Amino acid sequence: MKLPTFPGGIHPPDNKATTAGKAIVNCPLPNELIVPMLQHIGAPAECCVTVGQQVAKGEQIGTAVGPVSVPIHAPTSGEVIAIEPRLHPVGRPLPAVVIRPDGDERWHEGLQACDPDSLNPDELRQLLRQAGIVGLGGATFPTHIKLSPPPDRRIDTLIINGVECEPYLTGDHRLMLEEGSTIVDGILILRKILGVDRVILAIENNKSDAIAVMRQLCTATPIQVQPLPVKYPQGAEKQLIEAVTGRQVPSGKLPMDCGAVVQNVGTAAAVNTAVHLGRPLVERITTVTGTGVRSPKNLRVAIGTPLTHLIEQCGGFSDDPGKIILGGPMMGNSQISLEVPVIRGTSGLLVLRQQDISVKKPGPCIRCGQCVKVCPIHLQPTVIALCARLGLVEKADSHNALDCIECGCCTYQCPATLPLVQSIREIKGAIMEHKRKH
Amino acid sequence: MLAAVACLGGIGLVAATALGIAAKKFAVEVDPKEAAILAALPGVNCGACGEPGCSGYARAVAEGRLAPNLCPPGGQQTAEALAAILGIKITAKEPAVAVVICQGGDDLARQKYHYLGLEDCNAAQKLAGGPKSCPGGCLGLGSCVRACLFGAITITSEHLAVIDRDKCTGCEQCLKSCPRQVMIMAPKAVTTHVLCNSHDKGAEVRKYCQVGCIGCNICKKTVPEAYTIDNFLARVNYTQADHAARAIAKCPMNCIRDLVDNSSVGDPDPKTTAPAD
Repeated sequence: MKLPTFPGGIHPPDNKATTAGKAIVNCPLPNELIVPMLQHIGAPAECCVTVGQQVAKGEQIGTAVGPVSVPIHAPTSGEVIAIEPRLHPVGRPLPAVVIRPDGDERWHEGLQACDPDSLNPDELRQLLRQAGIVGLGGATFPTHIKLSPPPDRRIDTLIINGVECEPYLTGDHRLMLEEGSTIVDGILILRKILGVDRVILAIENNKSDAIAVMRQLCTATPIQVQPLPVKYPQGAEKQLIEAVTGRQVPSGKLPMDCGAVVQNVGTAAAVNTAVHLGRPLVERITTVTGTGVRSPKNLRVAIGTPLTHLIEQCGGFSDDPGKIILGGPMMGNSQISLEVPVIRGTSGLLVLRQQDISVKKPGPCIRCGQCVKVCPIHLQPTVIALCARLGLVEKADSHNALDCIECGCCTYQCPATLPLVQSIREIKGAIMEHKRKH
Repeated sequence: MLAAVACLGGIGLVAATALGIAAKKFAVEVDPKEAAILAALPGVNCGACGEPGCSGYARAVAEGRLAPNLCPPGGQQTAEALAAILGIKITAKEPAVAVVICQGGDDLARQKYHYLGLEDCNAAQKLAGGPKSCPGGCLGLGSCVRACLFGAITITSEHLAVIDRDKCTGCEQCLKSCPRQVMIMAPKAVTTHVLCNSHDKGAEVRKYCQVGCIGCNICKKTVPEAYTIDNFLARVNYTQADHAARAIAKCPMNCIRDLVDNSSVGDPDPKTTAPAD
């Protein structure tokens, strides 16, 4: 049978073999944890501790401000040694709480385990919000918002994202292999909150071992495991919905407008931990990989661990590092310093050597249409990029530049090595600014 | 053959008559003054006057909403021509040119990372505040070059923008394109400038730039009326800049320059001097 997928997309070398076979290892605590107050999409949390204060693991150190915001918790027990702006993965200093761990890993006493059957969906949503659960696929959108569709939108499908289409990353893969039952329990809680019957766990078929494990765990549950062919960006929300249900999210609309909600497997596991153990989101799985590190690993890392510590844990640099990327190579962000901490959205730390990087000078567009062919949104990247170069903001908007998900397929494919997605990203900013003004 | 010629000729004649009548009947009335003003303007549509283009400015001048001396590319000549059309007298407006107040090229200013992205200063600025350690230094990726309608800006091999003072019309388009405000407008008559855009303290500036203003006050002590120090950054006082050049040789960081006459400078590295043209 032909497996379902979405139109467009590319097949970059996945480079997952380096870490796919390596079990998740607990990363020891560093000397200090830098916990930024902004680790999610939405308003940053507001710091609610003082310098010198002793905090317990899982204690709230930042309170949510506004509806689209979640609290931040202490990743371990210790002393707050500073509250100051520190370099954040976005590239500039942002407010952070610096904690010196005391090594006790003493959990906060107020945390309570719950039985999901005894709570109603609203209580569960509130619980997830208090636990600081956000989408762990990388976008870090607060989960409770995604689970609260307005009453006029009927949700009939819950899709669990186990695709992990970014090259190099293997954290979700390992999580499914090692902690499949946690994920299944988390999915069932998500299902209860949304009240849907149809639950699909989508996994790309380069992870056949994970498909087998999850199939076995899901036998007695309503969860249907759906293998998908390997293609990037299948793990992007809208592409995954199209691949699994055949429905297209309309331009400018949200997944809930076509009756689907997508959650990552990592998020499902965090949901389970938050409910069954009462523990907030204070750690995550991060794949430290690439040719630039001596021994790549899948690490379970406390939020706030500086990248230097991760590199040390993986045997240090193998060679002169050329590029350090948080996330995967396609959509991750280059970092300018190793002082930045791991945050909730840090799915991977990719280190490439100087010799792995090749930057070619862009040539002229030869109108080959490759970018149009691979664009999963059916945009015309070359036209929008041209508008960007000429500063034609309204024209770019009329070509639906705002629908671009910045997956980078166009740039990857372009034989003229034009910086297409980079130009589109620039013009998207300009369009947004233009719309604010008019 | 004859029928075809007659036929086409006939159609042509009828169409021409119809067009002729339509042109007279539906003619849009244009203020003759406005047309004359538009003809006198340089027609580069730079937007420096504040209107979207030359026709907008012509209308605004004809209606008396804007003064006739607001066209920098046209300069004094255009202003006088416009005043003649309007039948009024105008006072001369001092010509201004853009000045790049940075000379920290790749060799003299430190970079905090190696930028490989889009060749655009605004894009680079968004990535961790730009590759240059100095918060105000010229990024040299040429956003201003693309904004300049007169080809007055070039980028040196050390990634610094350089302005051709003869080609610059003072339209200020480059100022709008620069994410770091490293360009300022100054009277063309003033040629001595402090070429630094960092308000950081001296110790900080020395860490990332060999030619940055450290706010040491020596220029102000040398020619008190010609310099002001604002937040550790010296500026030439344009209204009293006559003797500003006397401080050039005194500046310990070599960041005061005469943009036209380079002779008075003891430059450690002549290629970094912003050339006159």
